[in-house]
Amino acid sequence: MMGLAIQHLLGLEGVSRDDIIQILDTADNFYEVLQRKIKQVPTLRGKTIVNLFYENSTRTRISFELAEKRLSASPLNFSASTSSVKKGETLRDTIRNIEAMKIDMVVVRHGCPGVPFFLTQCTDAVIVNAGDGAHEHPTQALLDMMTIRQRLGKLERLKVAIIGDVIHSRVARSNAWGMTTMGMDVTLCGPPTLLPQHSESLPVKITDNIEKAVGDAHVVMLLRLQLERQQGGMFPSIREYRERYGIDLEKISAMRDDVIIMHPGPINRGIELSSNVADGDKSIILDQVTNGVAVRMAVLYLLGGGENA
Amino acid sequence: MLNKKDNQKLYPVDPTVPPGSIGILNGRVIDPVNGTDDRLCVAVDKGTIVSIAPELPSGFTPDTTIDAAGKWVVPGLMDMHVHLREPGREDRETIETGTRAASAGGFTAVACMPNTNPVLDEESKIRYVVQRGEPCTCRIYPIGSITKGLEGKELSPFGEMVRAGARGVSDDGKSVISSMLMKNALNYSKSFDIPVICHCEDSDLTKGAHMNESAVSTRLGMRGIPSISEEIMVARDIMLAEYTGARIHIAHVSTAGSVRIIREAKARGVNITCETCPHYFTLIDEDLIPAFDTYKKMNPPLRTAHDRDVLLEGIADGTIDIIASDHAPHVSEDKKDVEFEAASFGVIGLETSLGVVLTYLIGKKVIDPHRLVERMSCVPNRILGLSGGTLSRGADADITVIDPDARWKVDPNCMYSKSRNTAFDGFELQGYASCTISQGRIVYERGAA
Repeated sequence: MMGLAIQHLLGLEGVSRDDIIQILDTADNFYEVLQRKIKQVPTLRGKTIVNLFYENSTRTRISFELAEKRLSASPLNFSASTSSVKKGETLRDTIRNIEAMKIDMVVVRHGCPGVPFFLTQCTDAVIVNAGDGAHEHPTQALLDMMTIRQRLGKLERLKVAIIGDVIHSRVARSNAWGMTTMGMDVTLCGPPTLLPQHSESLPVKITDNIEKAVGDAHVVMLLRLQLERQQGGMFPSIREYRERYGIDLEKISAMRDDVIIMHPGPINRGIELSSNVADGDKSIILDQVTNGVAVRMAVLYLLGGGENA
Repeated sequence: MLNKKDNQKLYPVDPTVPPGSIGILNGRVIDPVNGTDDRLCVAVDKGTIVSIAPELPSGFTPDTTIDAAGKWVVPGLMDMHVHLREPGREDRETIETGTRAASAGGFTAVACMPNTNPVLDEESKIRYVVQRGEPCTCRIYPIGSITKGLEGKELSPFGEMVRAGARGVSDDGKSVISSMLMKNALNYSKSFDIPVICHCEDSDLTKGAHMNESAVSTRLGMRGIPSISEEIMVARDIMLAEYTGARIHIAHVSTAGSVRIIREAKARGVNITCETCPHYFTLIDEDLIPAFDTYKKMNPPLRTAHDRDVLLEGIADGTIDIIASDHAPHVSEDKKDVEFEAASFGVIGLETSLGVVLTYLIGKKVIDPHRLVERMSCVPNRILGLSGGTLSRGADADITVIDPDARWKVDPNCMYSKSRNTAFDGFELQGYASCTISQGRIVYERGAA
């Protein structure tokens, strides 16, 4: 095992191509493990991993927990809604108390950008970002890249259109960094109110014209419209959004024949994607979910100093 | 490099003992009000400047002598925008600790903002601050609120507050959102010849935001505070001032657009002044990367390199009238030990302000020492209608001696403020106040061997 240059996975900004390739290759190996009858390996036996979730999440938390169990680690789930956070404890105190119980890794989801970095200042444990506000969601981007590579055989020079609520999307940011590091051509697209005012810091193209964005894209990734995060007046109606930016069979017909459709989930059916597209043959959404476990196993394994798989 | 607290001495003030006599020898005396810039000796007796001449008056034998050779002797500095947190948050700062920090920073007077708890919105509360400040090491001029409780609904009693010692009004921390109420505040303020100090922020545009809206906020995934949220209110308040003929002072200007709007208004003859703070002309939003440094979280936020450069131009050409620190103390549980979005806005600045100005404005030749004295002493005194800011014979002896060559490193542990939230931790600066004289008393000395 070569080992990663990074010590924590806080985001994909600044993560090298070599590290990404190593994670994806390792994930491919774990994908094979997941096809076996016994889907568990002993590589992180004896390691305790805390899943510190300050925001609601079903699939990411389950995916991490499953990954931890399949590596034989001991997961410990922490949910802010049932914790001492309700009693006013600070994040720093929470993490220091948990660390005092001798843990090895922390998987954290939090609504505030920068919390994973903040935790590296509070604890010696390895930190894995499971989503920090609208900043980054690196394991999602890694599983996206794994799924694309699995389906199309490569990443370099592929064109990707990421459509929807870009301004609130940590998935878009992590993919922007990760995919461009891997030589992909990324375009972010959405209504101007859902695009950042200042995008010059991101290594991508930005447009509000969906036809241009998807025209020759190999991959079209829809983002969930984060209805709970909308301030008033960001777009006039769901109906108008669906008509302009929702993907249905008619819009698919104008895309490349071999285009693949992705979505980080959960889908607002009938808004970002019509059901016949979400469940159609171009959709690889369920592959993303499966690969999520393999990618998270790879990340935990590589950062957790596990024994050879 | 002098950096230890044992190189600093802060002297207690006993108001029952009258001040003695001081001779300040051979310093470069800079007093823009009188057009003075010469190697002179200053004689102080019983709290008053009695002579400024090449020699001390014959027969004048001072109790204390200060060798100011190689140093600048200037009118006592004034910071017209500080938060002393008393009453209400005495764990962050008190009037006593805040004024000690001011003295250590070379300030002989400060104006304190009314967003305390309770808010300084009536006569008795203004009087409380004035009385608490009397035995302190520097003068305190309270600013009353524009609206009761800073709620933006009803005007505070300006007349009663002025009678108790208030020198201006401000709802600092927020804008008066109602244009009608702000118009009334401006009209009403004219009776008292006080400035209305404007915190310019359209809060509709800043809701839930914690840093500048820019390429950096996009990269970090943070909701941004756009420049226009400040500029819209700067423009509105200027238009209202122009309409009413009242006097306004724009607090903590942070954007290039604000500088442009103010410059244009001044050219039209509108009666306005404005300030910026040391952090805005030295630091930028990119300094938040990658550490999400809560000690660089302030409102208005650190802006872009372009904004910083335009602020420097505004300081150089006089569009920006004064430098104020916006000293905003916070304890670590509100500032350091929390995630970025949970951290309070604001940084302390009383003890670094002069050093930053000397290093980044004088050292980089943005302004000369005369302009420094104007922007940190003469003009803030004039804005608040005070007699300070000059070394005239017969004036009160509020004097700052500056060592422009001393090099030092900012160490929060060596500060007199009760809080440690400086944005300049570890900065190497050139120049500091080596002696602060308040009302004829030496209250602070630094750099003693």
